[in-house]
Amino acid sequence: MTHACGVTRFVILLALCAVLGAPARAELRVDITEGFRAPMPIAVVNLFGDQPQETQVGKDIAQVVSANLERSGLFKPIDQKAFIQSAQTLRVMPNFGEWRTINAAALVTGTIQMRGDGQMRVEFRLWDVFAGQQLVGLAFSTEPQHWRRLAHKISDAIYKRMTGEEGYFDTRIVYISEVGPLTRRVKRLAIMDQDGANHRFLTDGRHLTLTPRFSPTLQEITYFAIVNEKPRVYLLSVDTGKQELLGDFSGMTFAPRFSPDGNKVIMSMALDGNSEIYSMDLRTRKVTRLTNDPGIDTSPSYAPDGSKIVFNSDRGGAQQLYVMETDGANVKRISFGTGRYATPVWSPRGDLIAFTRMHQGQFYIGVMRPDGSDERLLTSGFLVEGPTWAPNGRVLMYYRQTPVDARGRGGVARLYSIDLTGHNEREVVTPLEGSDPAWSPLIQ
Amino acid sequence: MNLKMIVGAAVAVFMLAACESTPETKATSTGSGSGQAAAPAPAPAAPAPMAKPAGPRPGSQEELNAQYGDRVFFDYDKSDVRADAAKTLDGWAAWLQKNGSARLTVEGHCDERGTKEYNLALGDRRANAVKNYLVARGVNANRLTGISYGKEKPTVLGSNEDAWAKNRRGVAVVN
Repeated sequence: MTHACGVTRFVILLALCAVLGAPARAELRVDITEGFRAPMPIAVVNLFGDQPQETQVGKDIAQVVSANLERSGLFKPIDQKAFIQSAQTLRVMPNFGEWRTINAAALVTGTIQMRGDGQMRVEFRLWDVFAGQQLVGLAFSTEPQHWRRLAHKISDAIYKRMTGEEGYFDTRIVYISEVGPLTRRVKRLAIMDQDGANHRFLTDGRHLTLTPRFSPTLQEITYFAIVNEKPRVYLLSVDTGKQELLGDFSGMTFAPRFSPDGNKVIMSMALDGNSEIYSMDLRTRKVTRLTNDPGIDTSPSYAPDGSKIVFNSDRGGAQQLYVMETDGANVKRISFGTGRYATPVWSPRGDLIAFTRMHQGQFYIGVMRPDGSDERLLTSGFLVEGPTWAPNGRVLMYYRQTPVDARGRGGVARLYSIDLTGHNEREVVTPLEGSDPAWSPLIQ
Repeated sequence: MNLKMIVGAAVAVFMLAACESTPETKATSTGSGSGQAAAPAPAPAAPAPMAKPAGPRPGSQEELNAQYGDRVFFDYDKSDVRADAAKTLDGWAAWLQKNGSARLTVEGHCDERGTKEYNLALGDRRANAVKNYLVARGVNANRLTGISYGKEKPTVLGSNEDAWAKNRRGVAVVN
């Protein structure tokens, strides 16, 4: 399934009215700022349809929603075998007493209908079981083949209502798929939905590719590749597959990243052993040099409001994080802990910067405020590297590689996600090994 | 030359001879199956394949490898040319003088103990340090090309000091 991004294919028909006009009470809510908390028990019922095809899609949607909610670590979907009330009678009204009996705090119900015009109409409702109250009611209309994205949109609506934060399920991941022994690895670009579905390779593996990043529109990916012994930054159109060398630089270009408005790519260029940070205007192709220091300057990342850039430099003797204005002025060091700091990435919310830290043989993924305060390490390992933010700034993805043992086994690279709280660390399953994940914005 | 330096040089030559068994790029695939653990060949028995009677073709990669070795090593997070690399690099410079039409690509590599983007920059620094050394020895800069592979192409499989030391390298590839 190739869904052109940026094209709205989903018509949200209406917000369904609450069936019961129950008065406001203590809200059913998931607090995602706390550390570990018990996940909320939620019952996700298969969407009800009359026809076999509707029944099947209704079941598929419920499974995808259930898996999304479970992976978030905030919800605990209840085994459908425990359900007492049938989907058919649920069309009329939930029997809240029966759902309380199986300890469901929240309930997801819905209907699905294939229509003569080729469109599929889906209604879904989220219920507060204890209050006996509808929390969300939405109706969607789309082509049946987009049922999976619809499931992600339903998941996002549930997440948003229960946490107060935007969801991150209707998103994609671009990453480097790896296969073969470390000394002869084939590394190529691959893309998939946030839950691993719709996986496909974007490059054929003939050239070494690294560090892909999405444009804000998701139409393009910028990445590093070595083609004909020339290490350079490239631009790839996701929909057409067209690849383009970005800029005419005399030295290696690497570490690219889009500006928040998508109009620029910021990157490093190395010439005669010295790396500096440049920005390129994609419309005029004008290149501006931002740093001027004999040290290594790399891994630049814009603040989401486009006002500042955080980057990695060893100008002070070892790798640390620095923040500067977008014209390169007012360079300030922000990392001061022991060890080395690398790969800073500004949160889409603007409040934090994620990074890789290396200290005494261990690697860490951590976050700090843009002024360097309140550093927190979220996870560690022999090698963990390259955090990327979910668009809501609450979840991070990165990759983890195991050491190679004396018999040459190991060196396995896998993608992982973790909550900003440091909880709910999980492998993001990929067909082959994986590294360098980049999380897309929410698909429009 | 005092005794200490001679010993140092001898050690360097020995290390280089040991490395010949794992030639970089081209002419690779020594037949060993892929998944097999190409362990970091420890001390015992590394019978350096000495030049056959015929000898390698003048100006070839094989000749450079046989005479001087194709690589030099760097310290962790450093790009300074080490003292034990001087003899090899002087050899490359002499070899380039003798083979006036030969060109070298100098690859800069890193161990796995760093981040990808920083290591691309560090590998570039290492390639550049080797190039600068050769230019200082009279080699025309336009016969040299540098390229960084960062930590992406280790030559020795292993997560230990010995493997890391061998992976932090500058490699000469004859064009």
